[in-house]
Amino acid sequence: MFGWEFPPHNSGGLGVACEGLARALVDKSVDLLFVLPKKVSVNNDRFRFLFGNVSRKNKIYSVDTGLTPYVTAKEYLLSKRYLEGNIYGADLFSEVMRYASSVKNIIQDEVFDVIHAHDWLSFLAGVEAKRISGKPLIVHVHATGFDQAGGNAVDERVFTIEKIGFDAADRIITVSQYTKDILIKKYGVSAEKIVVVHNGVESGSYICKEENDAPMPWKRPGQKMVLFVGRLTMHKGPDYFLRAARRVIDFMPNTMFVIAGSGDMEFQIIRQAADLGIAQNVFFAGFARGENLRRLYESADLYVLPSVSEPFGITPLEALSVGTPVLISKQSGVSEVLAHALKVDFWDIEEMANKIIAVLRYPPLTRQLALYGNGEARNITWAKAADKCITLYNAIQKR
Amino acid sequence: MLSLCLYFHVHQPYRVKRYRVFDVGVDHEYFNDGSETDLNNSRILNKVAVKSYIPTNKLLLHLLNTHPEFRFAFSFSGVFLSQIEREFPELLQSFQDLVKTGRVELLADTYYHSLAFFHSLPEFERQVRQHRWLLERLFGQVPTVFRNTELSYNNDLAQWADKNGYMGIMAEGWDPILQWRSPNFVYNPKDCKNTRLLLKNYRLSDDVAFRFGQRSWAGWPLTAPKYVQWVNSHHGNGQTVNLFMDYETFGEHQWEDTGIFHFLAALPNEFLKHGDNTFKTPTETICDYEPVGEIDVPYTLTWADTERDLSAWTGNNIQQAALREIYALEKDILATKDIRLIEDWRRLQTSDHFYYMCTKYFSDGDVHKYFNPYDTPYDAYIAFMNALYDVKLRVEKALAHKESAVSSQPILSPLSSV
Repeated sequence: MFGWEFPPHNSGGLGVACEGLARALVDKSVDLLFVLPKKVSVNNDRFRFLFGNVSRKNKIYSVDTGLTPYVTAKEYLLSKRYLEGNIYGADLFSEVMRYASSVKNIIQDEVFDVIHAHDWLSFLAGVEAKRISGKPLIVHVHATGFDQAGGNAVDERVFTIEKIGFDAADRIITVSQYTKDILIKKYGVSAEKIVVVHNGVESGSYICKEENDAPMPWKRPGQKMVLFVGRLTMHKGPDYFLRAARRVIDFMPNTMFVIAGSGDMEFQIIRQAADLGIAQNVFFAGFARGENLRRLYESADLYVLPSVSEPFGITPLEALSVGTPVLISKQSGVSEVLAHALKVDFWDIEEMANKIIAVLRYPPLTRQLALYGNGEARNITWAKAADKCITLYNAIQKR
Repeated sequence: MLSLCLYFHVHQPYRVKRYRVFDVGVDHEYFNDGSETDLNNSRILNKVAVKSYIPTNKLLLHLLNTHPEFRFAFSFSGVFLSQIEREFPELLQSFQDLVKTGRVELLADTYYHSLAFFHSLPEFERQVRQHRWLLERLFGQVPTVFRNTELSYNNDLAQWADKNGYMGIMAEGWDPILQWRSPNFVYNPKDCKNTRLLLKNYRLSDDVAFRFGQRSWAGWPLTAPKYVQWVNSHHGNGQTVNLFMDYETFGEHQWEDTGIFHFLAALPNEFLKHGDNTFKTPTETICDYEPVGEIDVPYTLTWADTERDLSAWTGNNIQQAALREIYALEKDILATKDIRLIEDWRRLQTSDHFYYMCTKYFSDGDVHKYFNPYDTPYDAYIAFMNALYDVKLRVEKALAHKESAVSSQPILSPLSSV
């Protein structure tokens, strides 16, 4: 299995998804070898890791990374200015190529039946592994170049690498029907080649919060809180979130809107909040993870995912897992698996505001969305995703 | 002797448009959706009229004219009749023509197709009265047999019907209630002196209403001779086969291309071939047969789903909350004496609104049998609650006006004359 990042070194959904799926596969007795492009310290003794940037005899050591699967080439160059001593190659694409070219070394002594590569950054590595070994290749699409572009022109180099992966793959897994449709429409992939395997969410920490929980220190009594978590980039739709907030505040002035995340739109979003005259209602929490993130989810009255294009979107499941109701964009994969969620077209600001106000105003709605949504999220597991993958592994070997 | 007792239920709600929070306090028209969606009440009425009501009325009139023994009953909701009276007078006329034959009985019901019996007895009684007046005005007929919304029924309702002089009442002939007994007889409801109970034969009813066009069903294709054979098998172990179904079965739930109209057209002739067969209306059935036993229904029975209970309308938190909220307004809203406001409040009591909020079909994965004009049950709840929020504001305003009017003009209050 070829990946790119892994918790705790992840910056978003891909690493979490890779880990969740990998663990569930191992639980089901799949002998899994996980390959990352570079050495990181990974706290996991249940499956083996191999790294693309170290000789196999070398001692393991950790390296911080400035690379994330979400950066565009431009962002990557910008971010490098802030990062020192962590230089892989001249740019993201030579990094991808370097990963692919290291494959021969990595797999030469390994025995495996199926190659499974996650997202375009590792596609070339997967294709190379197939070329060398002749084993079947599955590419797993967590996001496409079109999702990242958020309505802008797609990066042609990304598109080309994706296309190479799709063409070389024996089968393609997409994380949603939504993404499957993009592959069919924009990449001309035939529908029969694609299998939808929805993501899961880490089981473990399901608690439905008590109604009378002690209020969070940052939240005044009687005040309502609406939460956004995600990178501040076009495709996550933070600007739509703010415009809906503007409408909500007209009706319910005692509402705070919390934005947790960072990204290339951060300054634009801060400016926009001021321009809309709602700066006093909008709070920027920065990038949050772990316990801080969990507390944000818990203290929110509603979690909003306003994405312009979201292949899956795992954060609503995280919000539901602590008993916070969710409002999600119809342009998201997660909306295919959640019935107990409010849904809205990301561009329909009025409807988004209407639904936010409904949740804040009608407590029975909040309670039911939280309770039933929590139950529903519990059933969206990585074990189910792993079962589908295993079925596919078996089918593909028999051919 | 074996008789067939048919009643067709005819109802269309006033669906609430996508009423948003921004409309509250500004727009008091909740039911005037003008879109190309299934929230547009006129559009649906027209569609169903063309596909179902008009052709079925025409066919039934023909059958009444050609078979003097043929007879049946209608249960109309008041909100259906008020919609066609305003928008579709020729459709109302065709229903009136059927009733004029003297062989079509009309059943008592709540005007607003509501679940008021379970929430407010006085409000329930007002709606039953309003419904009776409407039947008298439009058809010149006073109903004698009662059926409640969604065929909901329990001992208390039967006793209410008994006390209020109804000859009969309808319920689902559900096996757990009947145990070894057959639905094909007249019964006494528990502790009732005069009222009789008619039980729906749900197997034979659903063969037509639900399964008629299902090619996967063992009984497909269902022809009139085959069906009459099934009915005739009850000779000797039953007196009346009670077939209750939605009128939209003909042409809307079962499309014309299933052959449903041919089936209906052939049914009376086929059934009457047996010399000992006849048709009876509910009142005739009650008059002609002695009750054979007493039926005890301590909890509420309906004709819905495999549970046969109210869970499709009251099963989840948002449904219960919405019902609670609307009936909590009763005292204040009646005090306004504002007829339009009270009418809007009552239209919001129609059971369909709560059905659209039902989420229990999610877990079955069986959402296909469930029709919802809203994208999700939550959209239904939000539109409903926003409309109700506006109703509340109107009530507050009206009551505040009234108070000030009363104090400044103690003798002639302009609002009290409304």
